[in-house]
Amino acid sequence: MRPYTDQESDDSRQLNLESGQKALTLKKYDAIVIGAGHNGLTNAAFLAKAGLDVLLIEKNTYIGGATVSLEVHKGWMYSNCSYVCSLLRPEVYRGLELAKYGLQVVPYGGNVTLSQNGDYYGSYIDPDVSRREMARLSPRDADAKVRYDRDIMRQCRFIRQFMLHTAPDPTSFKPRDMMEMFQMGKALLKLGEDVIYDMMRFYTMSISEYLDEYFEHPLIKAAKAGSGIIGSAMGVMSPGTAYVLLHHAMGDVDGNIGAWGFARGGMGAIAKAMDDCFQDHGGETMTGSGVEQILVKNGKVTGVALENGNEYHADVVVSNMTFPRTFLECMDAKDLEPEFIRKVKNFKIRGSSGKLNIALDSLPNFTALENNPELIKGDMHLIDSVERLERAYDDWKDGSWSKDPYIDMLIPSLTDPTMTPPGKHFMSVFVQYVPPKIHGKDWTDTQRDEFGQTVINQIETYAPGFKDRILHVEIRTPRELEDEVGLTQGNIFQGELTMDQLLFNRPIPGYAQYRGPAKGLYMCGSSNHPGGGVMAAPGANAAREILRDLRKPNSVPEGWLDD
Amino acid sequence: MSGADNSGMIKAIDFSSKDHYRTKAFPSPFFTRQQAVNELQEWGRWADYLSPRAYYCSSMEYFAARNASAVFDLTPMSKYRISGPDALPCLNRLVTRQVEKIKPGRVGYCVWCTDAGQVIDDGTIFHLSEGEYRLCSQERHLDWLLTNTVGFDVTVSDETHMVAALALQGPTSCATLKAMGLEGVENMKPFDIEYFPFEESQLMVSRTGFTGDLGYELWVEPRYAEALWDRLFEAGKLRGIQAMGDEALAMLRVEAGFIQAGHDFMPAHATVRTTHTRSPFELGLSWLVDFDKPVFNGRKALLEEQARGHRYNLVKLDIDGNKPANDSFVYTTGKKLIGTVTSAIWSPSAKASIALASVKTPHGQSGEEFLVEIYYQKELKWSRVMARARVVSDVFFTPPRRRQTPPADF
Repeated sequence: MRPYTDQESDDSRQLNLESGQKALTLKKYDAIVIGAGHNGLTNAAFLAKAGLDVLLIEKNTYIGGATVSLEVHKGWMYSNCSYVCSLLRPEVYRGLELAKYGLQVVPYGGNVTLSQNGDYYGSYIDPDVSRREMARLSPRDADAKVRYDRDIMRQCRFIRQFMLHTAPDPTSFKPRDMMEMFQMGKALLKLGEDVIYDMMRFYTMSISEYLDEYFEHPLIKAAKAGSGIIGSAMGVMSPGTAYVLLHHAMGDVDGNIGAWGFARGGMGAIAKAMDDCFQDHGGETMTGSGVEQILVKNGKVTGVALENGNEYHADVVVSNMTFPRTFLECMDAKDLEPEFIRKVKNFKIRGSSGKLNIALDSLPNFTALENNPELIKGDMHLIDSVERLERAYDDWKDGSWSKDPYIDMLIPSLTDPTMTPPGKHFMSVFVQYVPPKIHGKDWTDTQRDEFGQTVINQIETYAPGFKDRILHVEIRTPRELEDEVGLTQGNIFQGELTMDQLLFNRPIPGYAQYRGPAKGLYMCGSSNHPGGGVMAAPGANAAREILRDLRKPNSVPEGWLDD
Repeated sequence: MSGADNSGMIKAIDFSSKDHYRTKAFPSPFFTRQQAVNELQEWGRWADYLSPRAYYCSSMEYFAARNASAVFDLTPMSKYRISGPDALPCLNRLVTRQVEKIKPGRVGYCVWCTDAGQVIDDGTIFHLSEGEYRLCSQERHLDWLLTNTVGFDVTVSDETHMVAALALQGPTSCATLKAMGLEGVENMKPFDIEYFPFEESQLMVSRTGFTGDLGYELWVEPRYAEALWDRLFEAGKLRGIQAMGDEALAMLRVEAGFIQAGHDFMPAHATVRTTHTRSPFELGLSWLVDFDKPVFNGRKALLEEQARGHRYNLVKLDIDGNKPANDSFVYTTGKKLIGTVTSAIWSPSAKASIALASVKTPHGQSGEEFLVEIYYQKELKWSRVMARARVVSDVFFTPPRRRQTPPADF
């Protein structure tokens, strides 16, 4: 499957802007969704399913946003932004019939953290093997993991209820909010005292402190600490990072909580299935020109003006762009109130990561793995202590990329035969920390390449001969993520997942229910509750709110049922 | 884990190598012998080991244990060595019963709890010699045991893989051990431990088991495992000895009224839903809780629970009809839902449908009648029966030979 490449983007479903221009400017849509990332697609598809006439606008010539597969190197399909799937809400999967539209999510095996001394800590698919591996390093930690898993699962079960659900506003006296707060309180009390105490601690602790309460082995702690910082401009010792780990742990593949998988065909397969569903329900996807401005008249949205000069009208405009991009770049400041603008500017959306997408001529040979055929199929991490992770963050604070970075890399082509020619491989290398600017100045191409070299050199030390296998590298710093994908400062979650920006405070207080400051303006991106990670929950939640406002029958799935 | 040995005999399993992942389940020290008689080649998994589900017919294996004698490999069971000057006070703090009552050379059943008085696991304490203990259990507890050693002069080590063990259970078990040359074994009382010379080492024998019958458990170094198996089967050849798998044992233990972690209760350390754990009282183990002890884990919470009242009773049910009540809901005769069956079988020895069930208090008094909702199928046609059941206080099957000393030869 090669549907999202530049050369093939002008297929029949793209609108011909030249000939269609006049008709389109005259036509008024029920809703316009800006940004064909997975949340925009989810939102548009649910609105179209509900019978609305929906236009989905994408600035790039391809859809997907950061949920994309691109043939950057001929014959290789890169998941060149997001690269693994776990959090995608199963209710959205079913609600949009993504299986029918060709999406298949395949679980991958385990993970491994490589140590500088040539050892590693692996996590295997087989739970007994996994436990023995842990016992190999620390018999005590292997037993403590039972308690750790239990406590993480307790927090997951609570928070999962609120994912596919609009966050209630605790200050509101609307019956709906009060009822929701009551339900939330009830769910909280049901957890029992210990879990409530733990929750307060969990949301405020650092991942490093949290892990110290369970484990003793440095490599085991390092392996678990990584998911506490992914996508966050925080260190493993920063308060609040324990929650980020939870965000990564609450997904599932086929009910296996915490499991991660590959979308067959790369992450773009998710976007493609969503887009096929959207178009099947009469939606129009228009690629190739971004929104110049969201049009507002007398406090009401009227439509959008594109960069190519076209205007499209609708009483409902939904932005899947980041919170700052929507209001600071695509709206006239005169249409907004000053305090609101100040809060948008203060929204914490600091970029912290970069990515290398690498085409490999052959499979790299990691010295420590000794050709372990199981672990090389999983998530591989290069950093072996919490202290090294914290030092990596120091470089970010200093305004530069980590010289000894945290690397989360996968070789999807070992699992997914559609990514590369047989025997060749695609390697997805997520890197942290990478700042949005270098010492306050914009990235240069030279610096980008130096950053790429740092990462490649790091991998080479664990896998001698790695460099010789490289056919092509795509290096993406926060600059590329912002310029190409539209992620402000290159933050992969469209805003950091810290307590001050979660639930009824995401993106900012008073605007957590997907409604923007102008009538008819909505927000459906990951800047909104419950945040990023290819969950599709913000897109679905926003669609539910829009249909509620339009008094349309609501078919958007909600909540999460499990006892 | 134990090191290599040059004898070529089976040694303790070793997963200190990174390559351990290539073996998903390890062969027990008895593997070569098990494999030779495992006609079905149906291997299940128990902790780190391969464990036969049945060797040739679980029903016949069951009857071997009740009619002659059956051999079960219990090597995979967790075993911890607890020693040092403070071993006794440390264990006394850990478990709810009086450990000083378990004299050297004796075994005691026990249960241990979280601070909140919820059961972590049950198991047996072997008082191997003065001040030297072994704790056996289903779950793994190194983290918890080490947490409990703080402030005590005591060492804890995991010896699961250093000890190979067989259970020999059934009416001819004593005669078999005598024939094997274990002099004086007939004088062992229930829960006694004795040591006998074996090869160049020694064999530890305890009169214990999970079947509620006459029976012994035999403990050796893994390198003597095959020799033990061979000598046992040679001695038992004329006394109906059979190898027995997990399925037969599962039936035997329900008849004996023994509870099992993961079936009749959830170990507190692995329980996500906080209300799904149980206190010892709620598992019918109040006889193991001794408030005369001034300090033990969960004491305060259990005292409070005793004052407040318990939430559940674990009861033995004698159910009308012949259909096993697996996974059934339990109702009052007025059809109010009050609990669930946790373990159920058709008992071939009691000739009754029996079950263990967890019901809400105040229900569960001896003699109380319930209805049990049983789904069953006959030639693919499913039916449902609301079977009448009675709470019984006696164990379903408890032959006098269980306690008889010296035991008869059959």
